[in-house]
Amino acid sequence: MSTSSTVHSTSRNFKNNARDQLANEDLQAALNKARGHFVDGRTTARDNLPEFDALRGQARDIKDHTLEHLDFYLEAYEEKVRESGGHVHWARTAADAQRIVLDICRSVGAKQVNKGKSMIGEEIEINKALEADGIRPIETDLGEYIIQLRGELPSHIIAPAVHLTKAQVETSFRENHTELDPDRVLEEPISLLDEARTILRKKYFEAEVGITGANLLIAETGSSIIVTNEGNGDLSQLIPKVHIVLASLEKIVPTLEDAATILRVLARSATGQEFSSYTTLSTGPKRAEDPDGPEQYHVVLLDNGRTDMIGTEFEEMLRCIRCGACMNHCPVYQSVGGHAYGWVYPGPMGSVLSPGLIGVDEAGHLPNASTFCGRCEEVCPMHIPLPKMMRHWREREFESHLSPGSARVGLGVWAFFARRPRLYQLATGLQMRMLARMGRKRGRLSSLPLAGGWTKYRELPAPQGRTFQSRWRSGERVR
Amino acid sequence: MSDGPRVALFVTCLVDLFRPSVGFAAVKLMQDAGCTVEVPEAQTCCGQPAYNSGDRKDTIAIARQVIAAFEGFDYVVAPSGSCAGMISKHYPELLANDPDWAERATVLGGRTHELISFLTDVLEIKAVDAAFAGTVTYHDSCSGLRELGIHAQPRALLDGVEGLHLRELEDANVCCGFGGTFCVKYPDISNNMVANKMEKILATGAETLLAGDMGCLMNMAGKLQRDGANVRVRHVAEVLAGMGDEPAIGEPQKSEG
Repeated sequence: MSTSSTVHSTSRNFKNNARDQLANEDLQAALNKARGHFVDGRTTARDNLPEFDALRGQARDIKDHTLEHLDFYLEAYEEKVRESGGHVHWARTAADAQRIVLDICRSVGAKQVNKGKSMIGEEIEINKALEADGIRPIETDLGEYIIQLRGELPSHIIAPAVHLTKAQVETSFRENHTELDPDRVLEEPISLLDEARTILRKKYFEAEVGITGANLLIAETGSSIIVTNEGNGDLSQLIPKVHIVLASLEKIVPTLEDAATILRVLARSATGQEFSSYTTLSTGPKRAEDPDGPEQYHVVLLDNGRTDMIGTEFEEMLRCIRCGACMNHCPVYQSVGGHAYGWVYPGPMGSVLSPGLIGVDEAGHLPNASTFCGRCEEVCPMHIPLPKMMRHWREREFESHLSPGSARVGLGVWAFFARRPRLYQLATGLQMRMLARMGRKRGRLSSLPLAGGWTKYRELPAPQGRTFQSRWRSGERVR
Repeated sequence: MSDGPRVALFVTCLVDLFRPSVGFAAVKLMQDAGCTVEVPEAQTCCGQPAYNSGDRKDTIAIARQVIAAFEGFDYVVAPSGSCAGMISKHYPELLANDPDWAERATVLGGRTHELISFLTDVLEIKAVDAAFAGTVTYHDSCSGLRELGIHAQPRALLDGVEGLHLRELEDANVCCGFGGTFCVKYPDISNNMVANKMEKILATGAETLLAGDMGCLMNMAGKLQRDGANVRVRHVAEVLAGMGDEPAIGEPQKSEG
C-alpha cells in the first residue's frame, strides 16, 4: 500500500495521544454529551423504518456491484460530466490533487476559497496548500469554522468539532470576533450559530472558488451530491464562479435510484435524521437558462491508495459512505475521541482505512486498539466487517514482524504450550496453584510481575486452586 | 448416566485455570438436563490470543488440535460466548480453504454451542431448579451477544431462579473493556471502559453482577474490587446450577485450595 509523502500523522503516538485525551476533561464532557444523541437518534430512526435492514442489504449490493465494475462506471461518469460542461481530473496521490486544485485556483487569480465540509480536503491537506500559495480558505460548515478558528483538525467525520464544549466555542468566538459587542449573550447553541452565520454571510460573496466534497457521484447523470444541514455547502458552491468537487473515486454509484437507496440509510445512520436538511445535486456548470451557478465545474477524483485495496481482504472498506455510525457506537472512540487516532479518519472505519492509505507501519496501533466488540459492524449501514478487517491488519503486521517484540515473544511462549496439552496442563497447573496460594488470604492480587497492564487498574482474582482439568482427572465430580 | 446426548465440555482456559467451579456448574446443568458430559483431555485454549494478535499459523494449529479432540461428540459446549463463537464461527472461516479440514471445521462448528443457549435453544430447558436470594444485574458479553445472538436465554433461565430479582443494566450491550489482550495492550482505554461499566453496575443497586464469560467477569470484578465497590461477581452458570454459595470471583476460598 502506498504512503503519501504529504502525510502528517501522529498515529504512532496513539497510546500517548489516548492518555492525554482521557485526561482532557473538556473532551470527556463533550463526548458524554454527544454519545446519547447519536446512538438514540440512530436507534429511533431505524425503528421507525421497517425496511431499514433490507435497505442496508440493497445499499451493500449496490456498492459491491459498483466496485466490481469500477472502471466502467468511472469512465461513464467522466463522459457525463464532460457532456454537461464540467471537467474530471484524475489524482493518483494527495500531492496530485493539491496541484490540480492550486492550478485551477491560480487560473482564476483566486484570493479566497470558500469550503463546504470535505474529508478528502482533510486527506489532501488542501487548506495548508492553499495558504502556502497565498489563498485564504474559509470553512463554512459551523463545526469546521470553529476548528479553523482554533487551528485544530476535525475529530469526527460528520461532526468535526464534537470534541469541544459549548463554553470552549464561546471563548473562541469572543477571541476572534472582536468587532462584535463584548457584552453580547452567547449562552445558547443557537446564538453561536447565528453569530457564525452573520460573520460568514459576507464572506460568501468574496470567494472566487468554492470547494465542496461529495457524498455520492452518479455515473448515469454525471452529478455530485452533497448532504448538509446548514445550507452552507450550497452557498459555497453556487456563488463563486468556480466550483471544485473533491471526491475519492469509490463515491461513485451507477444511477440516481441507487443514490436514493444509499441516502435513505445515510442520514438515519449518521445523525438519526430521516434525511439531511439539504440534499444538493450538482451537474456541470451554470447553463444558459440557469439564473445562477458557477461558470466552471471541476471534479478532482482522488485515488490515494484506494485502488490498491481492491482485490484484497480490505476491498469491502470501499463501501463506506462516511456516516460515522461506527465511531458513534465505538467504546474506544467514545473514550479517547477522534484526535487520538492521529490522522484524518478516526474510529473503526479509520482503523481499517488509515493503514491502507498511510501504511500499517504508520497506523498499526489503530487496528490493534479494538476489543472486537463488534458494535461497529452491527450498526454499519453498508455491512462492512470492520473487526474482521482490523484483524487482517494485525495479520499483515504480524507477518511483517511489525508487532512489538515483547508481545511476539510472549505469544510465542504461550502458543508453544497451547499446542502441547500435556505440557500446558503441567505448567498451568503449577502456576495456578502458586497464584492461588499467593492470593489465598484476600482471594485476589493487587500486583503481579509481568501483569502490570492488568493490575495497574484492577485486582487480579486469584485462581480457586487446582485447575478444572486436574480436578476432573482425579475423579472429582459435582456434589 | 443417561441416553441423552454425549456432550464434550470445552471448559475454556480461563475457567480451567481461574474458576473451575464454573466448569462443574456447566457439567451439573447439562447432566441435570439428561446429557452425558465428557471432558476431552487434549484441550488448552480455543486460540483467540493468537488469532486476535494476527498469528494465523498458531491459530490454525490450535484449531486443528481442538477439532481433532472434540469431533465425534454430539455437541461441544463452552461456558463462554467468546470461545464458543471462536469454534463455531471462526474455525470454519480459518480453515475454509483447507481441503482436509474445511468440512471437519464446519461440522464441529455446527455442533458447538455456548452453555446457556445450549440449555435453552437445543435442550429446550425452560427452567432450572435453583435458588439464589438477592438482586442481580446482567452484562451481555460482546461475542455471545453479537456473534451468537445470546440475550434472552440467560434472562429466561434467571427468571425461574427462586428468590432472584434481576435489575437490568443500562448499556448492558456495551463492551466492558476486556477484549482479551486489549486490556493489557491499552490499559488506559480499557480502564476507562470498565470504569464506565462500573458506574452503570453501581447505578442498578444490585448486590451481584452476572455474565457468561470469564474474561469480562474477571475484568469487571477486578475493577469493582480495586475501587472498593461492594458488588459480588459470578458466572451465570454458577447461579443457575445452584452453586451461588461459592465464594465470588476474587473472594477468598473457604478452605485451603
